[in-house]
Amino acid sequence: MSNEGVDVRKRRFLTGATAAVGGVGAAFVATPFIKSWLPSARARAAGAPVEVNIAALDEGALVSVTWRGKPVWVVRRTQEMLDSLDSVAPKLADPDSSAPQQPEYCQNKYRAIKDPILVMVGICTHLGCSPSFRPDASEWSMDVPGFFCPCHGSHYDISGRVYAGQPAPLNMQVPPYRYSSDDLIVVGEDPATGGGEEAA
Amino acid sequence: MASKFMNWVDARFPATQLWNDHVGQYYAPKNFNFWYYFGSLAMLVLVNQLLTGIWLAMFYKPSAAEAFGSVAYIMREVEWGWLIRYMHSTGASFFFIVVYLHMFRALLYGSYRKPRELLWIFGCLIFLALMAEAFMGYVLPWGNMSYWGAQVIISLFSAVPVVGEQLTTWIRGDFVVGDATLNRFFALHVVALPFVLVGLVIAHIMALHHVGSNNPDGIEIKANKGADGHPVDGIRFHPYYTVKDLFGVGVFLILFAGVIFFAPTFGGLFLEVDNFSPADPSVTPEHIKPSWYFTPFYAMLRAVPSKGGGVIVMFSAVFILFFLPWLDRSRVKSIRYKGIIFKVALTLFAVSFLSLAYLGLQAPSDGVKLSARIATVIYFLFFLLMPIYSKLDRTKPVPERVTG
Repeated sequence: MSNEGVDVRKRRFLTGATAAVGGVGAAFVATPFIKSWLPSARARAAGAPVEVNIAALDEGALVSVTWRGKPVWVVRRTQEMLDSLDSVAPKLADPDSSAPQQPEYCQNKYRAIKDPILVMVGICTHLGCSPSFRPDASEWSMDVPGFFCPCHGSHYDISGRVYAGQPAPLNMQVPPYRYSSDDLIVVGEDPATGGGEEAA
Repeated sequence: MASKFMNWVDARFPATQLWNDHVGQYYAPKNFNFWYYFGSLAMLVLVNQLLTGIWLAMFYKPSAAEAFGSVAYIMREVEWGWLIRYMHSTGASFFFIVVYLHMFRALLYGSYRKPRELLWIFGCLIFLALMAEAFMGYVLPWGNMSYWGAQVIISLFSAVPVVGEQLTTWIRGDFVVGDATLNRFFALHVVALPFVLVGLVIAHIMALHHVGSNNPDGIEIKANKGADGHPVDGIRFHPYYTVKDLFGVGVFLILFAGVIFFAPTFGGLFLEVDNFSPADPSVTPEHIKPSWYFTPFYAMLRAVPSKGGGVIVMFSAVFILFFLPWLDRSRVKSIRYKGIIFKVALTLFAVSFLSLAYLGLQAPSDGVKLSARIATVIYFLFFLLMPIYSKLDRTKPVPERVTG
């Protein structure tokens, strides 16, 4: 085959244009394959809100419910536990909860809507293990109550705020929730608006 | 008759040429020693994993509701199912034993040096694919350690800035590790990654047979060819090394069968106690630890007091291997002719790697963390200082011909 009389620039342009169009086509074809890995409609539906009745919850007790497959803890804290929150603050990594690990309406030292009632996703922010509840300071190495992750030894206070110098980088997550009555909490929905996808 | 048939085939497919290039007329150095068993053994284990894996897939159910039960079904009710599963689970551990020894051989004799850089890189890619394959396979029985192991490893990706959380949801296919995760891991473990692994093994062997094997002296035998055009220090792979490797296979199978029949759980190292109870999202095992072959890297992850930093260190520990051919500036390849500095460095490296493997199995404590930090630093210094110490090292003269 002879290349005489061939417009090389035109040929190069056509080759380049064909490759570019082909590349765009490949990107479009890749999209369904990549997107199919996202949560399916069924998985999204299973992430619906969950109701918790706390009328029977004792002081100092923890109840765990499952929301989106994660353990969500509801703890009715004692006055003694609430008092400990100030004393541990200097030892914490993020005492003011400045990292977005909670909805805005829970950004306080109690990390709660109502001071004594803690609602929190019971998953360590290091690598996703579930910490254990230490309501009694004598049960662990800290001198106030809190949570301890058995996987890699992260310590949290009783508001789920992580101590400084731990493997876990962040405070435990507070899910969006609201009170539908005095004793009924809806986990997964924000107070006024409903929904709950955007928070935390 | 036979030769007529082969002529007919060879005119249509290069069967004889393939055989000669890779087996019959492949000249390998005559001085291979003990360390040269592990390449062929790795192939043997790969075949074992493929064969037993196909059979396990005939009985296994990749759903969160049925997976654990189907493994129990294989163990208790499928004819010989227990043996096929133990061959597969024990094979996974032996794969890593063999591959770690194979890689250590490369460190001993400088088998990663020019012109074998791509051979080494294909090997590193095989190691990477093998780790992904092993991790996903470990999740499939859907025991509690499978579940929490998946939880921990997938969470590593949340350390990626900005898109970390979306990325983990995308990998899981749900807001939690669940049925969707298990199902896709099954597809990747059984279809996608085996293809990748076999493809990489073929590339590894093609690269090896193109440049020729290294040897314990680190001498290029192709530089000294006889009148027949073959290296004077080379012998044909078949029958000489096929027979040698068969002997290795015999010894290997005795050990392999010993573990399968007498210690398939290997004291909780090959099959962990926590994995004998079904996955439970609300019960975290008291002490999450990965399979033994990942513990060196896991110990590094834990040693760093920051999540992002730990993940970076852990992945760097694997990726730094890729650069080895350019880090070693020694005048010689083999440890036989290297000086005291390299020998000390390699010993320290081996000790730190084994220490990390041990520390990764222990519950986290201050002592464990401190030791792991020291070992991690040594691990990295072995590579990072190599351009300096490999040049300073006093090497011995390399002989013209290979020695015994």
